[in-house]
Amino acid sequence: MFKKILIANRGEIAVRVIRACRELNIATVAVYSDADRASLHVQKADEACHIGPSAAAESYLNIARILAAAERSGADAIHPGYGFLSENAKFAQACADSGIKFIGPRAASIAMMGSKTGARREMEKAGIPFVPGTSSGLESIAQAEQVAAGIGYPVMLKAAAGGGGKGMRLVPSRAELRAALESAQSEAQRAFGDSEVYLEKAILNPRHIEMQVLADEHGNTVYLGERECSIQRRHQKVLEEAPSPTVDPPMRRRMGEVAVRVAQAAGYSNAGTVEFLVDQQKNFYFLEMNTRLQVEHPVTELITGLDLVHLQIRIAAGEKLPLAQNDVVIRGHAIECRIYAEDPDNHYFPSPGKITLLQEPAGPGIRHDSGVYENWTVPIDYDPLLAKLVGYGTDRPQAIARLARAVGEYFVGGIKTNLSLFERILSHPDFCRGNLDTGFLDRLLNSDAAAAKIDHSEIAEIAAIAAGLFAALDSAAASASSGGSAADRGDAGGNGLASWQRAARNEALR
Amino acid sequence: MLYHVGINGRNYRLELVREQGGWQCRLDGRRLAIDAVLAGCDRLSLLIDGKSYEIKRERTPGGTYVWVGNAGYAAEVRDPRSLLARKGKAGDESGPRKLVASMPGKIVRVLVEEKARVEAGQGIVVVEAMKMQNEIKSPKQGTVQKLMAREGANVNAGDVLAIVE
Repeated sequence: MFKKILIANRGEIAVRVIRACRELNIATVAVYSDADRASLHVQKADEACHIGPSAAAESYLNIARILAAAERSGADAIHPGYGFLSENAKFAQACADSGIKFIGPRAASIAMMGSKTGARREMEKAGIPFVPGTSSGLESIAQAEQVAAGIGYPVMLKAAAGGGGKGMRLVPSRAELRAALESAQSEAQRAFGDSEVYLEKAILNPRHIEMQVLADEHGNTVYLGERECSIQRRHQKVLEEAPSPTVDPPMRRRMGEVAVRVAQAAGYSNAGTVEFLVDQQKNFYFLEMNTRLQVEHPVTELITGLDLVHLQIRIAAGEKLPLAQNDVVIRGHAIECRIYAEDPDNHYFPSPGKITLLQEPAGPGIRHDSGVYENWTVPIDYDPLLAKLVGYGTDRPQAIARLARAVGEYFVGGIKTNLSLFERILSHPDFCRGNLDTGFLDRLLNSDAAAAKIDHSEIAEIAAIAAGLFAALDSAAASASSGGSAADRGDAGGNGLASWQRAARNEALR
Repeated sequence: MLYHVGINGRNYRLELVREQGGWQCRLDGRRLAIDAVLAGCDRLSLLIDGKSYEIKRERTPGGTYVWVGNAGYAAEVRDPRSLLARKGKAGDESGPRKLVASMPGKIVRVLVEEKARVEAGQGIVVVEAMKMQNEIKSPKQGTVQKLMAREGANVNAGDVLAIVE
């Protein structure tokens, strides 16, 4: 087993990995940039190593500096977390070349899955189901009509060089195909200098469901059940759950077996995730493989009773999988909310700053993986994920109820967070019925937000009394320490001190 | 003590008198029996008519909020006896207005020059935080009297970026 692990990451995931190491009696090394000296992961680790300026490119993405820190501290393995260098084949290779174990798959597996076309070629060889369509450009309208008739309408035209929706056309029936093909080709030509367009079956309102796999370095691979990740905003997952409300045991077995085939075709080891699109008839199609631990791994941990980070470390140390497929049992239901520093009233724009007040939820069935603390300033330089709040229950309704209760207990003051969004999602009838697809959140956000904000005048009166009490208590405190300067009463105000506080203070000093 | 309290723009007249063990409270002339305990910095447990309220005060560069359970209210408390409070209030209505950074970030663009005429709502500077850009707009029509914002500079929440008069 490893003696010392360096965690090449920051925030809540670095804290998560440090905790696992402590449980396994392995020493930890945190790395940090200029912006992160006061971050929680630095405080929780046994050792900490400064690796550069705040910009990620000069710190958390700098392979040479991270390897130098590992060598200096004598770490024998590196855990990359997610994001940053976790899916960087060069980094995995550089670790191997330096004789430091990379806790993840081999560089070749990462490289294969990193290339869309390469991955598709390899997976086609392995007989993995893709969204039906052409894998090369359309030659003529006649060919397009023939292919479309074969797979059935509606179909989607996509630019081969595409991205950002350019050169994409939804075609509901044969009558619209010719015009759509011509406009997609000319748009692709203008946008990318390449008019190549291919055709796929259109999946309307798909679900995004992924399968967790785990492989050791001795050729054993198991799947640990699926996660439903259909609640997304701008292709960013916001809430995930396991198991999926739409997947039954036979479907789970079929998806799991495909995911294991994907992993084996990639020569995969360690923890990985195979993502699928699922249509309304419950057909599933391979999307991509994430060759790392996922943000949403806790929901799988709760329903399987396994610790994925422990298992990642043990697999990397050369141990065999401690369980066979038949030993994997799913029990209960888990849902995760990603708590971001974002302003719901300003298009979910990031809202970094100082956390002046923090009240964290607890109680039955609640797991809270956080990277923040009260009085810490969320830096402007990185992803705005603050914490993950996970609710677990005997069944889905209980998990929803516990999570909603915990969201109500949760309070983050001083910065804006997306907590109010989860109140809306968790109480939505479609969500409660399990009617989910990737368009759910956009529809929710476009619906009337004002309806959610009812101003009970009775409660406003309570707020008025409370505001006055705070002012009265402030002036009492100020006169108790009469003569003391205003500055020693906390810096929460700064130049943003409300005039009523100044007034109250002034009053007391007279 | 007499306070004028503004909650989401509505005004209340609040009288608070400390008595042994508690407070005497009148809200807009109505007498209320309240029992308040400070439960930590900016945290209050309030009992009114046997009902329990968990209260939090949130201080941000943009102002103060009072939370009753999960409902947040913009709160402004004025002590009518204090001249300073009246002055401060009057200063907000007209005259020079400050453009304040609502969050820490980096100034990526300055869109106007000093002494330029601007309309209410016109973009003045663009601040970037966490890879997203936010335009800070002029709060009123007028002239950019002073421009403190410099492209490339880092700013903290509450920093004054410009003054429009």
